[in-house]
Amino acid sequence: MEDFDLLQSFERMLDDASPLEVVRAIEAGGSAGALWATLEESGFLDLLVPESAGGAGIALGDAAPLIEALGAWLVPVPVAQTMAARALLAKAGHDVPPGPILLATAAASRTGPLPFAALAQYALVELNGQVILTRLGTDVLHPAKLHASRTASLTWAHEPDVLAKLELPNGALRALGAVLRAAEIAGIAGKALEITIAYANERVQFGKPIGKQQAVQQQLAVMAEHAVLARMAGRLGCAAGLPPLRDAAATAKQVASSAVPVITSIAHAVHGAIGISEEYRLQLYTRRLYEWRLADGSESYWAGLLGASRLRSDAATSIDFVRGASEPK
Amino acid sequence: MFDSLKLSAIPPADEALRPLVREFAAQAVKSRSAEQRVRSWIGYDADFSRSLGRAGLLGLSLPREYGGGGYGPFARFVVVEELLAVGAPVAAHWIADRQSAPLLLNYGTEAQRKFFLPKIAKGELFFCIGMSEPGSGSDLASVRSRAERTATGWRLNGQKIWTTTALDADYMIALVRSSGTSADRQAGLSQFLVPLRAPGVTVRPIIDLTGTAEFAEIFFDNVALGEDALVGQEGGGWHQVTAELAFERSGPERIYSAVVLIDEWIAHLRANGRLRGAAATLAGQFTAQLTVLRSLSISVTARLAAGESPVIEASLSKDLGTSFEQSVPTLIADDLGSHPDEAVDAQFYRTLQFVSRIAPSYSLRGGTREILRGIIARGLGLR
Repeated sequence: MEDFDLLQSFERMLDDASPLEVVRAIEAGGSAGALWATLEESGFLDLLVPESAGGAGIALGDAAPLIEALGAWLVPVPVAQTMAARALLAKAGHDVPPGPILLATAAASRTGPLPFAALAQYALVELNGQVILTRLGTDVLHPAKLHASRTASLTWAHEPDVLAKLELPNGALRALGAVLRAAEIAGIAGKALEITIAYANERVQFGKPIGKQQAVQQQLAVMAEHAVLARMAGRLGCAAGLPPLRDAAATAKQVASSAVPVITSIAHAVHGAIGISEEYRLQLYTRRLYEWRLADGSESYWAGLLGASRLRSDAATSIDFVRGASEPK
Repeated sequence: MFDSLKLSAIPPADEALRPLVREFAAQAVKSRSAEQRVRSWIGYDADFSRSLGRAGLLGLSLPREYGGGGYGPFARFVVVEELLAVGAPVAAHWIADRQSAPLLLNYGTEAQRKFFLPKIAKGELFFCIGMSEPGSGSDLASVRSRAERTATGWRLNGQKIWTTTALDADYMIALVRSSGTSADRQAGLSQFLVPLRAPGVTVRPIIDLTGTAEFAEIFFDNVALGEDALVGQEGGGWHQVTAELAFERSGPERIYSAVVLIDEWIAHLRANGRLRGAAATLAGQFTAQLTVLRSLSISVTARLAAGESPVIEASLSKDLGTSFEQSVPTLIADDLGSHPDEAVDAQFYRTLQFVSRIAPSYSLRGGTREILRGIIARGLGLR
């Protein structure tokens, strides 16, 4: 299985390049230079770039397990976004700059908070209706100054330098960002589930592991259900192409974002107090999930767009509408 | 975790059945009100079931030599999806088609297969399933109805309850004790074919909270059964029952019980010009969840088609699906009630209240939520 080998070597690379110590150090304000150099050298950043342009030519749908891995390993730089931006730029015949590329959408010359924006060197941005590649300087970046986070928003006070222009439909970048986010949520959730199950089997109270208590088992079953649902959502979104159609992206992110509060609240409830300590690793995953839930649109944002589309459609039934939106091509 | 669940597509050969089913479904619901259609897989119409049988749309997964269609599990997915999408009345053939026929195919004698399967595929014989008893719900292994050997076969005594479609079905496949006592738990249970018109069988309707007699209780008073009433192994009943669970729990019917209500609500929104704001957000929430749950159900069906028995994955799909179905009337009722000055069609109002009242059953039938979550927890390595 070629795909399986690809995933395995990707995960081995992440094991070496992005262990949790590195994640913690970069989140705390450290340099991502060494991590990025390893990623660049691995060749994986050109995973989605067409073969004719020197990339691996993998379809986003087939790359979904790798995007999930980026979430599961908590890679603290915008890798999936860079992969997608590189593919879009290469397809349009543009040169690809080195360094992390953010995907962003800005109305009225500014964006909301964007995770890991402070570490990006470029942005592929839909800025007031035009999709451009631009360099990000400190004049544009406004850090959120959140503890253990490199989130920043972008504001352009002056006309940005345009390094490249792309012809993409309005909203395409946000839809693409949402799909990548959904797949990453699935990866993070899967890992959080693993950690929580392991803890429930270890932690002894009332003379037995808490995982033997039915009340805890029932909660973990619900957590697992939502982790699986998020993964299915991310896979559907990724299968919708690059960039995806808006309804497919809306479906993926609505479901993945909706799963986040269920997953994080059960993970913390099962862990008890240790889960909210800095030293223990659970918080690395749940903090990421809270930010990912609203980045590129929360469940209600996407539900609103998808619902408007459903209400406008002439599909005879909801199931007809859903079939049209979800058959893998 | 659950890595076997992959995005899958319905094969073209099974998709090809869709246009024909759509035609039948459209015909069947032409003169049925929303209130009738929302009954979904508890809507009963024997003539419709027979017409599906004549058209070759029942027993699709049965081999052709037994009058079936020779298809895999995806054919049933397509047919069920199209029928439930519009609320066609499927209850008459439902149990026979979904459970009894596969059970007889897997465990029945050649004579049983030859007699029953072609009739099921033609829509000529309808079945119900005898599981629950007054003292046995989720704890199914505690059943006390008993079959005793006689010179000519078996003598059946006891009682079944909460049996769907028992009033109209021809046969029940009942899980009863054939040896030992309740203390033996799963051992000593067997499945029997019980003709519901046989002497000693009494079927009494149970009126539910919607005013309908969908359930019944069934009494067995020295019912004489032949040797050929036993299905599969004597004492193998528990194994036979649990082997069918993956089929019973993963189908689209575990997501679609309230889809007719969603579509009626959308018609209401359009009639009142509410196409934006909170209503659109709720419509989008339903649509997104429905889409992903459908993909999940398809991915579990793909495991069945590959010959696996994904009991844990099916439990997961059913618990998520029924939670969704139950959220539908709750959320629509809030939407409706948040516009107290809006005109509400009485038919739509009755449809909503019917679903609100019956929705608790969605997570009871076919294994309660708590039982399913216990199965999932075991799959996670917690028990």
